Amino acid sequence: MPTVAPVDVDGFVVRAGFLKNCAYFASGEGGIILSERGERTLQPHKAGLLAAEPARDGTALITSGDDGRIYRSGTDGSSVLVAERPRKWIDLIASGPSGAVAFASGRTAWVRLEDGREKEFVHERAVGGLAFAPKGLRLAVSRYDGATLWWAGTDGAPVELNWKGAHLGTSFSPDGKYLVTAMQENALHGWRLADGQDMRMTGYPAKVKSFSWSVKGRYLATSGANAAILWPFSGKTGPMGQTPLQLGTRGDNLVSAVACHPKDDVAAVGYQDGMVLMCRFEDNAEVLLRRPGKGPVSTLGWDADGVRLAFGTEAGEAGILGLAD
Amino acid sequence: MMSATQDARTQIPVTVLTGYLGAGKTTLLNRILTENHGQRYAVIVNEFGEVGIDNDLLVESDEEIFEMNNGCICCTVRGDLIRTVQNLMKRKGAFDAIIVETTGVADPAPVAQTFFMDDDVRASARLDAVVAVVDARHVLQRLEDTEEAEDQVAFADVILINKTDLVSAEELANVEARVRAINPYAVLHRSERCGIDIAKVLDRGAFDLDRILSLDPHFLEHGHHADECGPDCDHDHHDHDHGDHDHKHHDHGNGHHHHHEDDPHSVKSISLRAGDLNPDMFFPWINQVTQVQGPNILRMKGILAFSGDPQRYVIQGVHMIVEGDHQRDWKADEPRESRLVFIGRDLNWDVLKSSFQACVA
Repeated sequence: MPTVAPVDVDGFVVRAGFLKNCAYFASGEGGIILSERGERTLQPHKAGLLAAEPARDGTALITSGDDGRIYRSGTDGSSVLVAERPRKWIDLIASGPSGAVAFASGRTAWVRLEDGREKEFVHERAVGGLAFAPKGLRLAVSRYDGATLWWAGTDGAPVELNWKGAHLGTSFSPDGKYLVTAMQENALHGWRLADGQDMRMTGYPAKVKSFSWSVKGRYLATSGANAAILWPFSGKTGPMGQTPLQLGTRGDNLVSAVACHPKDDVAAVGYQDGMVLMCRFEDNAEVLLRRPGKGPVSTLGWDADGVRLAFGTEAGEAGILGLAD
Repeated sequence: MMSATQDARTQIPVTVLTGYLGAGKTTLLNRILTENHGQRYAVIVNEFGEVGIDNDLLVESDEEIFEMNNGCICCTVRGDLIRTVQNLMKRKGAFDAIIVETTGVADPAPVAQTFFMDDDVRASARLDAVVAVVDARHVLQRLEDTEEAEDQVAFADVILINKTDLVSAEELANVEARVRAINPYAVLHRSERCGIDIAKVLDRGAFDLDRILSLDPHFLEHGHHADECGPDCDHDHHDHDHGDHDHKHHDHGNGHHHHHEDDPHSVKSISLRAGDLNPDMFFPWINQVTQVQGPNILRMKGILAFSGDPQRYVIQGVHMIVEGDHQRDWKADEPRESRLVFIGRDLNWDVLKSSFQACVA
């Protein structure tokens, strides 16, 4: 039977997950709760925390806030200032290879490399999302009317991917062959990077705000419908012409967060009413992990072994769901 | 696009301040922030201006107009506001209301539409009112020079005619008449240095269907009744007769109401009336009108009587966005009258009037 260990968080849970064995919960009120053996709260930001992203090597949590600062907080309780843009609200961050951190505010994105060098990338219109490619210092910036691929370490010419409309959150497929964006409209857009082929994934009743790649990048699980929608990416043409899987269908509730299991073809699915289900791709078998609560599930994150799942809601409910017997 | 309103209790109220540079927006904003009312505000500004704003939660937000991929040219939203409101919702406990201060040249429509078209914003925030601050000394020139100034007046629910101490009584009367000619339905106040009871600016519920109580011009106007029209005043907008002899309700002797009407591109208001309407005719009609003429319709409001329906139906809209709902039973002593008002540019009054009449039950 799954177990639930609640964790006290004082506000909207912006991000929850694991740094090695340590669970973290980043609150919109500014606190970062670390839970391993006992709990401790770090408060690096002066006020609100807007975004949080684990470092690639899993040793630290990168956070940004409305104080214009970006901090790198370790499981040892240390918080180091990475960068600062006074008076800007930094609401987008991405962590890259070799300690690189990308962040953005308004129309500008920056990359700070581990050696302290910074590069600035200016766009004509608002930046909607950031993602590093799985390999190399390549940064994707989703923006109004498309996305731009920048080389963060060198001065190579950027690649422009154009598609009309506002592109928000973005993600590379784990094999680096595709870039996917969530749009202001209720749709996903994708590009096959080899040839710039557009892919349109539509039919959502709500905006897609959470996406997660399954083991080996075979599926992209997404929120925004009354089931988790999983687009197949295993074939040569990605999801084009294929029907997505629908997991955890509920008649009266939308999926608000998804997280694919790190080892098996299983996804954790969080809903607007706070419920969390675990669903198997193969046969749609479901296990209830958490009953409905006070607010929409805002974040889900597995540990590396896939035996514990950290969750958080917009109403400040949070905890660790354990699958081990 | 008809839909019921969300539960207002869980939505954070949003007040939008518009007005030309120098009209006094920031002065009004600082008055709101410093009055001892126990409210905590999150303030969204377009740029940090010369005048400081003393507030803990202050966000700078660069105007980002997002066009929607739905083929509708007036369906624009402010992407930066969507983002800022979503970020604010991560600190929901830190404030009670939001004030958006727009730039002097901002189009108010995308700002307002953001609160109706984006589902996430709509779930967490509701537009309370658009408040326009106009400078009594300069507004007439601004209205001549720019469409933005006209749009701001046309779009407003509350208009503060500021710096009244800098003009003569006659100049002020001209300003008010001109503002009224564009927007007879806004609540109009006069002020010096934005000195006004803040309660007249905040918590207006101007987009709240439950609070559409009356569509009489100048409804609930405080302070000066000198040039009010009676409730039956249906300014005939194609009437070029500036005299009073056939306007028995216009006995205030103010001839400036029709100023500027010969300019076909200026903003006008239109008031339509009828008795009971046939809903099967009305809904397709209003959808068609807002689809076709949406870009020209700035604001629309109505209280409607449908045949066989004991309840008042209230409706309001911005460009192509329309929302309507049943409000309450018609009272026994209340005449079942349908009223629909449009404020817009290049609207064909005759066509609207005749096609509306075809919806009569």
